[in-house]
Amino acid sequence: MSKSERPNQLFRNLNAKIASIPMILTALVVFVGGTVWTVFYSFTNSKLLPRLHFIGLDQYHRLWSTPRWLVSIENLLIYGVLSLVFSLVIGFLLAALLDQKIRFEDTFRTIFLYPFALSFIVTGLVWQWLLNPEFGVQGVVRSLGWESFSFDPLYNSSIVIYGILIAALWQGTGLIMCLMLAGLRGIDEDIWKAARVDGIPTWKTYLFIIIPMMRPVFITTLVIIASNIVRVYDLVVAQTSGGPGIASEVPAKYVYDYMFFAQNLGQGFAASTMMLLSVVIVIVPWAYLEFGGKKRV
Amino acid sequence: MSDQTVSLPAGVDTIGLEAYGPSGPKPRHTFSRRNIFLYGTLIVVALYYLLPLYVMVVTSLKGMPEIRLGNIFSPPLEITFEPWVKAWSTACTGLNCDGLSRGFWNSVRITIPSVILSIAIASVNGYALANWRFKGADTFFIILIVGAFIPYQVMIYPIVIILREIGLYGSLKGLVIVHSIFGMPILTLLFRNYFSSMPEELFRAARVDGAGFWGIYFRIMLPMSLPIFVVAIILQVTGIWNDFLFGVVYTRPDTYPMTVQLNNIVNSVQGVKEYNVNMAATILTGLVPLVVYFVSGKLFVRGIAAGAVKG
Repeated sequence: MSKSERPNQLFRNLNAKIASIPMILTALVVFVGGTVWTVFYSFTNSKLLPRLHFIGLDQYHRLWSTPRWLVSIENLLIYGVLSLVFSLVIGFLLAALLDQKIRFEDTFRTIFLYPFALSFIVTGLVWQWLLNPEFGVQGVVRSLGWESFSFDPLYNSSIVIYGILIAALWQGTGLIMCLMLAGLRGIDEDIWKAARVDGIPTWKTYLFIIIPMMRPVFITTLVIIASNIVRVYDLVVAQTSGGPGIASEVPAKYVYDYMFFAQNLGQGFAASTMMLLSVVIVIVPWAYLEFGGKKRV
Repeated sequence: MSDQTVSLPAGVDTIGLEAYGPSGPKPRHTFSRRNIFLYGTLIVVALYYLLPLYVMVVTSLKGMPEIRLGNIFSPPLEITFEPWVKAWSTACTGLNCDGLSRGFWNSVRITIPSVILSIAIASVNGYALANWRFKGADTFFIILIVGAFIPYQVMIYPIVIILREIGLYGSLKGLVIVHSIFGMPILTLLFRNYFSSMPEELFRAARVDGAGFWGIYFRIMLPMSLPIFVVAIILQVTGIWNDFLFGVVYTRPDTYPMTVQLNNIVNSVQGVKEYNVNMAATILTGLVPLVVYFVSGKLFVRGIAAGAVKG
């Protein structure tokens, strides 16, 4: 390219460039700039307002010696692993059930998916009511005569995270089912015909032929579930507010509380940086598999 | 094959798996063993999914004395709409006692401009990326998509500072901007993919006829892409209406959206808990996305499927 063409290059496609300004600003200022800013300030001792007094890794030392953070991480791990496993299993089973050429498929799908339209706040409040020990499921079973029946996850600090898991699965499995169903529908009918001709039992066909073929769907689903797990916040706020005590705290809530209530910005930044790190750990291998694979093709 | 199905013991947890594949012949007997398992399971699961909705509605129609006596699953003996009226117009959050109506109108005033602005920006972005690719455009797009996976918590505070600098922190306008920013990755992806799938000749023909960037967008692309706009609207209306985090961070108590106000009403520690009012308030908050969901049907599924393929 000769030098005389340069200005031409800049003004070529000018409208497209102007139209892309919001995208460019969002990408550079908010996503890159905001992230770098937060990571940068996590090494300072900012309290009420951000200030540039560097204290190295002190915030991280404090973070990892704060019981509330440790409880948050433990909860996130339990919640994460269980919601991943159950979402995938329930989502796939429901999709497989709906894929049997049944009648009223649309009705069933509508019913399984409607909780997904509701917010986590609504979900959390409904399940808070259902799991109310006095009037909810426990109270009803007791009034039927089983006096010693005990099911009060929201008031029992050792199982409270499972109470949240129940609500989360109710809200989210419909989406996974839809994705899985789309995956199942994308599989060639001939595969089924061939499997049947060979006399392979249906469950074996699913397990050894269909599921391996649905690998891309599973990976997409996995990434979606994983990035939603790290973000879990509203549900906990609505259902338990982190209680009883600190038993159902999660990292996202830790960040919010330290930034906006405890006026300890540095801690909030350090905690959010740790959240970012956990997402990077999930996303990078996936991106490598997806996009690294493309290069080979 | 049918032997295989019949010989399996009853009650195995592979109910869905033992049945025929999707291309299997339609079974002749309506009450075959397979069908009883299949529909039985589906109906039980469907009841489980519907149960919370039922309990919400039933609770909201009872009086408090009845709630204290009865069980949450029993239908109301005496139907009362008082809890609904109270939830809408007199329930208290802090000092304000004008009910959820305030939050509802705040949410309306947040959702409508946010949906319009975010879709306007994203559709033009997607169009530029699909048809007017300039040098470096794809780099920004990749940053945008990767950014969609960054936890919001990382970017919350820098945005507080930006909004404070431009004087919009705590206002509805500020929240509208935040929603437009965070809606951008997925919507841009949606529109880019849609516009890319349109025939290239169309675009070229318009170029030959002398139409420019905006001319092609408004006269050709826009009229031809109504379905994708509907999908985007569904996605955004439910997403923004259901948002809690941004609402609680970027607005003040008198501009709180409905979800935040609902949470404050239900989880307030003062006063006697009125479960019927709480449930009425909860239904009211969930009503808008539920109506969108039931009206839009298959388009909603398309919207979330599109939202799902973020990566």
